[in-house]
Amino acid sequence: MQWLDALIQGILLGGMYAQYALGMTLMFGVMRIVNIAHGDLMILLALVGISGSAMFGVGPFLVIVLLIPIGALLGWALQKGILNRVIGGDELPSLIATFGLSVALQNLMQQIWSADSRSLPGGGLESASVNVAGVYIGVLPLLVLATAVGLTGGLDAMLRFSPFGRALRAASVDSEAAAITGVNPRAVYATATAAAVAILGIAAVFQSLRATVSPADGPAQLIYAFEAVIIGGMGSVWGSFLGAIVLGIAQAIGFRADPGWGILMGHLVFLLVLAGRPQGLMSRNR
Amino acid sequence: MSEAVPILSTHGLVAGYGDFQALFGVDFEIAPGEIVALIGANGAGKSTFLRAIMGLLPSRRDMIRFDGAPIGGAPTHSMVGRGITMVPEGRRLFTGMTVEDNLRVAMDCARSSARRSESAPWTIERLHELFPILADKRGTPVERLSGGQQQMVAIARALLGQPRLLLCDELSLGLAPAVIRDIYRSLPLISATGTAMILVEQDVGLAKTTSHRLYCMLEGRMTLTGRSENLDQAAITDAYFGSHHAVA
Repeated sequence: MQWLDALIQGILLGGMYAQYALGMTLMFGVMRIVNIAHGDLMILLALVGISGSAMFGVGPFLVIVLLIPIGALLGWALQKGILNRVIGGDELPSLIATFGLSVALQNLMQQIWSADSRSLPGGGLESASVNVAGVYIGVLPLLVLATAVGLTGGLDAMLRFSPFGRALRAASVDSEAAAITGVNPRAVYATATAAAVAILGIAAVFQSLRATVSPADGPAQLIYAFEAVIIGGMGSVWGSFLGAIVLGIAQAIGFRADPGWGILMGHLVFLLVLAGRPQGLMSRNR
Repeated sequence: MSEAVPILSTHGLVAGYGDFQALFGVDFEIAPGEIVALIGANGAGKSTFLRAIMGLLPSRRDMIRFDGAPIGGAPTHSMVGRGITMVPEGRRLFTGMTVEDNLRVAMDCARSSARRSESAPWTIERLHELFPILADKRGTPVERLSGGQQQMVAIARALLGQPRLLLCDELSLGLAPAVIRDIYRSLPLISATGTAMILVEQDVGLAKTTSHRLYCMLEGRMTLTGRSENLDQAAITDAYFGSHHAVA
């Protein structure tokens, strides 16, 4: 029973990681842009959401509605202002540019919000639970998982079947060939990054409901998102969802074995996948 | 050639890569529905010329005119909306995507410009008539096709942009002679729809027989032009290698 509980908690934790990983799979998995500021952007959105909620006295669901357009705007500005200048062939320039952005964002957030941990009051949502055959399952984690499944399905369908998805895949393979076919690669990238950061706005609310956030938390979330994308396989949206669930289960089982092992266990599973199946669990290549 | 108003013309076109200049004042024109071959040795500037037309290389606005409007250096993706598409050297298909998805990218982008003109002649069905093999392979990822089939996808992708001017860069490169024959057989059918074509070609014989007119390039300059059937071999050889080619 104890291990079944750990498994269920792991899947639910994986739902949170899947939300972090969605923007990453779009930017890193499909567009091959390394965005080191991914975690910091989520923390920034979370802090904006917490302050906004306190200032205007609005509940978490309204905060989500506010953070999605703010995230989209941030993502669009990030792509237009920084990333479109450094794309083309090599992943290193985007890595360096966003590393600088990450450091700057962390310091900016410390300046504004100080180093304190904060969280978003959920009005009882964060402690509600349902009893399923003797296992207590939190309502909030269930909601997180359901949102992750919905967003993953939506993003996957968008990439596969919509004109925008086709244009993005084409531009990611060969931006010059896409341009001569009539795609404006920079506009497509700006929209994709806007979508990626808008999704982070949703993740930010759930993260600040279920735990606390502080300005220096970004890099840890970044690692989980990277690991989920790589475990799942670059470019596969459902793959990164699966990767996030695998990561969550590994951590939950590790925590159950010994509270010190949880995070480590997740990293070890990541390394095992890299060693045994470096193309990822659901990669389309090979 | 002066009987028709050119659909595209260049006027002293100068272009290059950074500090390296590759085109030195190229004058060129092509009429609607015309097939013009562009020949020349490696490095003569043929591909550079096509890339400059397509906006992949910067040039002064008035050096390239399409339909009378100056378009030099306009963004590449906007050329498709104007009616210029390209079959690039090396095909440059979207790997990892199916034949159908490769073609649909072009259809998605062409739609707005095709809607504006009355007739939108190229559809997937018509391309399946032109290249029947593409119908069987529609769900296949493009990297699993043979070179000839990939070239057909590249041509189909360019046609679905509903071009009024089609730029073809070395269609025959790396293909078997029988496949080259098949592909070149489709060109008159394309030109019959009124689409003008610029063919960059290494094979001078093939270029001569396929085209109405021919230009020869040498070291970034046009060295010869005329109706393809009137040009004699000696003149082409001179233009191709330069007048001092015999000097050791």
